[in-house]
Amino acid sequence: MSLLIGTFTIGLVLSLLALGVFISFRIFAFPDITADGSITLGASVAAVLLVHNVSPPLASLAGFLAGMFAGACTGLLHTRFKINSLLSGILVMTALYSVNLHVMGKSNIPLLSVNTLVTQSERIGVKLMRGATTLDIAGWEVSVRDASVLAAIALAVAITGVLLYWFFRTNLGMAMRATGDNVHMVRALGVNDANMIVFGLAISNGLVALSGALLAQYQGFADVGMGIGMVVWGLASVIIGEALVATNRVGMTIVGAVMGSVLFRLLVAVALRWGLNPNDLKLITAAFVFCALIVPQFLHKGRVQGAHA
Amino acid sequence: MLELHAVSKTFNANTPNEVRSLRGVDFRLDPGSWVVIIGTNGSGKSTLLNAVAGTFLVDEGSIRLAGRDVTQWPEHARAQLIGRVFQNPFSGTSPSLTIEENLSLAARRGRGRGLGWGLKASLIARMRDEVSHLTMGLEDRLSNAIGSLSGGQRQALTLLMATWLRPELLLLDEHTAALDPKSADLVIALTEQVIARDKLTALMVTHSMQQAASLGNRLIMMHRGQIIHDFQGDEKRRLRPDDLLARFEEVRRAEQLDEGAALMLAERYV
Repeated sequence: MSLLIGTFTIGLVLSLLALGVFISFRIFAFPDITADGSITLGASVAAVLLVHNVSPPLASLAGFLAGMFAGACTGLLHTRFKINSLLSGILVMTALYSVNLHVMGKSNIPLLSVNTLVTQSERIGVKLMRGATTLDIAGWEVSVRDASVLAAIALAVAITGVLLYWFFRTNLGMAMRATGDNVHMVRALGVNDANMIVFGLAISNGLVALSGALLAQYQGFADVGMGIGMVVWGLASVIIGEALVATNRVGMTIVGAVMGSVLFRLLVAVALRWGLNPNDLKLITAAFVFCALIVPQFLHKGRVQGAHA
Repeated sequence: MLELHAVSKTFNANTPNEVRSLRGVDFRLDPGSWVVIIGTNGSGKSTLLNAVAGTFLVDEGSIRLAGRDVTQWPEHARAQLIGRVFQNPFSGTSPSLTIEENLSLAARRGRGRGLGWGLKASLIARMRDEVSHLTMGLEDRLSNAIGSLSGGQRQALTLLMATWLRPELLLLDEHTAALDPKSADLVIALTEQVIARDKLTALMVTHSMQQAASLGNRLIMMHRGQIIHDFQGDEKRRLRPDDLLARFEEVRRAEQLDEGAALMLAERYV
């Protein structure tokens, strides 16, 4: 049971990553690789601050802001200096590797004995349950600590999702969505599309970094290598989410990305339980995204050929 | 209103593909006039419209609009003065956004966009009213994605969006060329309505001699990046499609003559 709760918790933490990837890849159609670096940036900034006894919410917020800055850099490279979108992300991601090492001062910071959002929510949960250590949920015995961490992260993701939904319905948010959709139109309506991309990538990478900050606190350490392959991970979640909700209404796509992330994490946990070598995880993830990208093409081709026959 | 002074634009300069699209175009537009632009393919008529819209900056010359020198203004800045409808019905709307979201974007054309709620009830009420005037039954489908609509419906909405806030200048770039005849007629009727109602100043490029003869109060004919005819007032009113075709024929013959002369000279001297 605690394994299942753990899976849900990590799935929700990484759903913030999925939302970030959703904004860059889907709303802006911008293949932003920066996320691989900004998730680690969020983790390392938060970890260093936590080690220096900064309050956990502030440390997480700092991680978010650092990610926004990284995303804005990628956006500026692309819009001001006309560098290819993929290359802009690669440049910033590469630079972030050194930045992260400098921020942390070493390649790994353990967070086992410091106050984090996880320890805080555990304490609140225990207080609410008046000191009980286990909880009975539909016949299952659940650790109060695990359940309160899950509840806290679920609340955080729900708040983020509602804020994003609200944002994408404001004048600014709608202009942003339209920028990825039809750049000629937004220019004709007086929107500075370059600013939209910079700001959008900042929000995207802010969310990714926040995800990293929470992940570090949950797993108890920040590591310079923790971001490798995270873009693909996020993309896999987004693709699963799209298949689950099958609509492009803003609200549902946000819910879809969160559900996709949890489901993907669940699938991975099951696969690992069945004996999948953890070393193969990235390979399998990449293969999964590859299939998800090409299968629709094959289906389409089959249909077209069928129509001709 | 709109003043173009010696405007030139060359694409792919100093390469074998060099195209001199505009060659010193001088042109003044009075407020409330509706100018129709016709010309052969590659005559620079769409380029002229794009130069005014700011799709690119011109190489030489100046553009003044509503008393301001906009020559160096980027496209999105000029949008506060200009409403546009494109030739491609898919260019003017954002397909994955709903009808109401598209209209609310247009309702802030050229204005700041902050964190205000985009779909206020009062705005939606006005949308319902304006969209019902399009007589397409779209007023009950405001929350549908625009991508699901036909080209004619999208073009009618684009026109509504371009004129939602009264533009100083309305640019119409062959906005019915990609539509079926029935939708084209409807969009033209809507265009006439809105221009008359809001007393708009408009610049319209068309391929249709019929439209060129019947619409607007001034007609400009372009050829090779220059204005070769400018009909105004009574002269414009008397124009028939046949007259325009005759003018095109003149241009064609002059061109053949040029080519013939060049050939003759080449045979004789080269």
